[in-house]
Amino acid sequence: MIDILKTRLVKGVVTKRIAASKTAVYEPAGAQLKALIAEKFGRSLNIREVDTGSCAACESEIIACNNPIYDLSRFGVNFVASPRHADCLLVTGPVSKNMAQALRSTYDAMPEPKFVITLGDCAFDGGPFKGSYYIENGAKSIVPVALHIPGCPPDPETIINSLLNFLRI
Amino acid sequence: MDLREMLVQLKQDHNVSALAVDEPHRDETYIWVDNRDFRATVAFVQKKLRAPLSMMFCQDRRAAGGGFAVLCSFLCAPLKKWLFVCASISEEAPRFDSLSSVVYSAGLFEREIREMFGIEPCGNSDARGLRLHEENWPAGFFPLRKDFTPPSAAAAPGNHYGFTRVEGEGVFEVPVGPVHAGVIGPGHFRFSSAGEPVINLEIRLGFTHRGAEKLFEGRHSDAVNLAECVAGDSAVGHALAFCHAMEKIYKAEVPLRAVYIRAICLELERMYNHAGDIGGIALDVGFTFPSAFCALIKEKIQALNRDLFGHRFLKGVVCCAGVAKDLDDKRIRLLKSLLEDISRDFAELKRILHASASFIDRVDTTGVLKRKTVEDLGVSGVAARASGLNTDLRKIFNGIYEIARFRVCAESAGDTHARLHVRIAEFEESVRLITEFIHNMPSGSVRNEAISPGAGVALGYAEGWRGPVLYWIAARNDGSIDRCKVVDPSFLNWQGLAYCVLGEIIPDFPVCNKSFDLSYSGSDL
Repeated sequence: MIDILKTRLVKGVVTKRIAASKTAVYEPAGAQLKALIAEKFGRSLNIREVDTGSCAACESEIIACNNPIYDLSRFGVNFVASPRHADCLLVTGPVSKNMAQALRSTYDAMPEPKFVITLGDCAFDGGPFKGSYYIENGAKSIVPVALHIPGCPPDPETIINSLLNFLRI
Repeated sequence: MDLREMLVQLKQDHNVSALAVDEPHRDETYIWVDNRDFRATVAFVQKKLRAPLSMMFCQDRRAAGGGFAVLCSFLCAPLKKWLFVCASISEEAPRFDSLSSVVYSAGLFEREIREMFGIEPCGNSDARGLRLHEENWPAGFFPLRKDFTPPSAAAAPGNHYGFTRVEGEGVFEVPVGPVHAGVIGPGHFRFSSAGEPVINLEIRLGFTHRGAEKLFEGRHSDAVNLAECVAGDSAVGHALAFCHAMEKIYKAEVPLRAVYIRAICLELERMYNHAGDIGGIALDVGFTFPSAFCALIKEKIQALNRDLFGHRFLKGVVCCAGVAKDLDDKRIRLLKSLLEDISRDFAELKRILHASASFIDRVDTTGVLKRKTVEDLGVSGVAARASGLNTDLRKIFNGIYEIARFRVCAESAGDTHARLHVRIAEFEESVRLITEFIHNMPSGSVRNEAISPGAGVALGYAEGWRGPVLYWIAARNDGSIDRCKVVDPSFLNWQGLAYCVLGEIIPDFPVCNKSFDLSYSGSDL
């Protein structure tokens, strides 16, 4: 306990310190995002993520969005455990045939109004797996997609900036 | 034991004579036997080498008039060699004798061969699909045959998957997945439980199957981008194994400076993943503070990856016969200073973890995987080292690792605590190795431009952060890939996870799972 307190006192607020170089861009973007979410969604934007066959790099970056540096949830973006709690479905991966039904069911389980975001090159059109016998070449053929966040994988800053630009519309 | 002695003994004991013995590369030997002798030979070789079966696969050679071939490989550590036992299979009678009764770990590979090639492993009673799920894929379509055409949309899918049923009073089933509560890959876990302890865990995977092996066919060494996407968190390991195979086939020399930069990348990848896993283990027993701390360390390393090589997952760094990006002095200074910073943070993390008796109590004796089980299942990598198996490709095929005095990090208890300790020790060893590598790295070019594509077969391998990543590639005369077999350590290690939770309570599954941290996409391909 003393160790922990000591660390806390010595280190200060790590989120600000480590992201110092990025703060200038990242923090205002986050503040705007927060204001937009408050305006359009009441308080928060709840996202349910489904991996339809990604290589786990996209998942890793989504998790990184919630690490103490980016801490996306302080801007009102939460990742929820059930589609029933979600406003938005975030799809990664090229949609393997084995995941097509699971993706459909997850989308159907979400309450209206709802929208879908695809994340990563695979989810757009299959990416490097395009043309394979076992994929659906992206999520578009299964669910209506409102926004695509490109990258292999997109880094946390790209994810938050894409969300911001999208909500501005 | 010498290879020649082994062949003589094989002849004496089993009356099996090898049809041919090939040695295309210094570290690969292929023993061809008759299809009827295949099983006896494999059993003999495994008994002699006491090594696990590392991979088993088929190849369609009908275009060259050779029917099919089945190959299985063993790692012979004392000889620093991969030993392949191979047999031809005729097109008219596509079958061979199942190995699963003599080599348990062959069972999964045989199911894969059956669904991908339509070749029957006679005697393997588990007829269920592995990746081509019965409810989504009609019977009779074998993707890795050369004359495969995808089924039409109208083709009716086959049966449903039969889970193992545990019956008796008070037994209940808990099905989980494929869509999980967290931000994580898809897999189906079915727990059978009576009261608290788990009686059986059946893991059904294949949800992320994307047909990667088929996509490699026809491509050249530029397919490294595909290899990086087989398991994205292990991009360097996969890229290295893929390029290693291509370089062996093309007989391309890798400049020494590139070898060092590759090794630095491999260790950086190990570090950021181990940091993430240590945090995950803490998080899964509800100890959130070190988990956040680990996330900071992981982020620091990934940001460093981008500053050094332009990509947070180090994709696009490794290429055939070298690396695409060199490290200049400025970047090397940055790497050095951040390594010091990171190891200071890591030392602090270790203190925090060890200061919590309740945390250690939760991981200690949780999810024990016995050494015998590890050997039988062919479990490799971190999970094997935590159960007392002193196996690491970096030690066996040492090269620059020997100069850096690499030390294998192993534990013996086989529980979550041991796996945690192996990760902690490997993280620290990686920091030390990178420091050594920077010191030893010569100047010079980082890419050999003069590669001449050609035909051949080769096994490429690298000790990724999960364990050995293997790519077996056969190339045609123009250097294009005819067959690429990928084995990520996750493929066999998932079975290890299913065994280690037996007798544990379901709430301990997440922490056991995290202590293995296996890849869905690497296993499903």
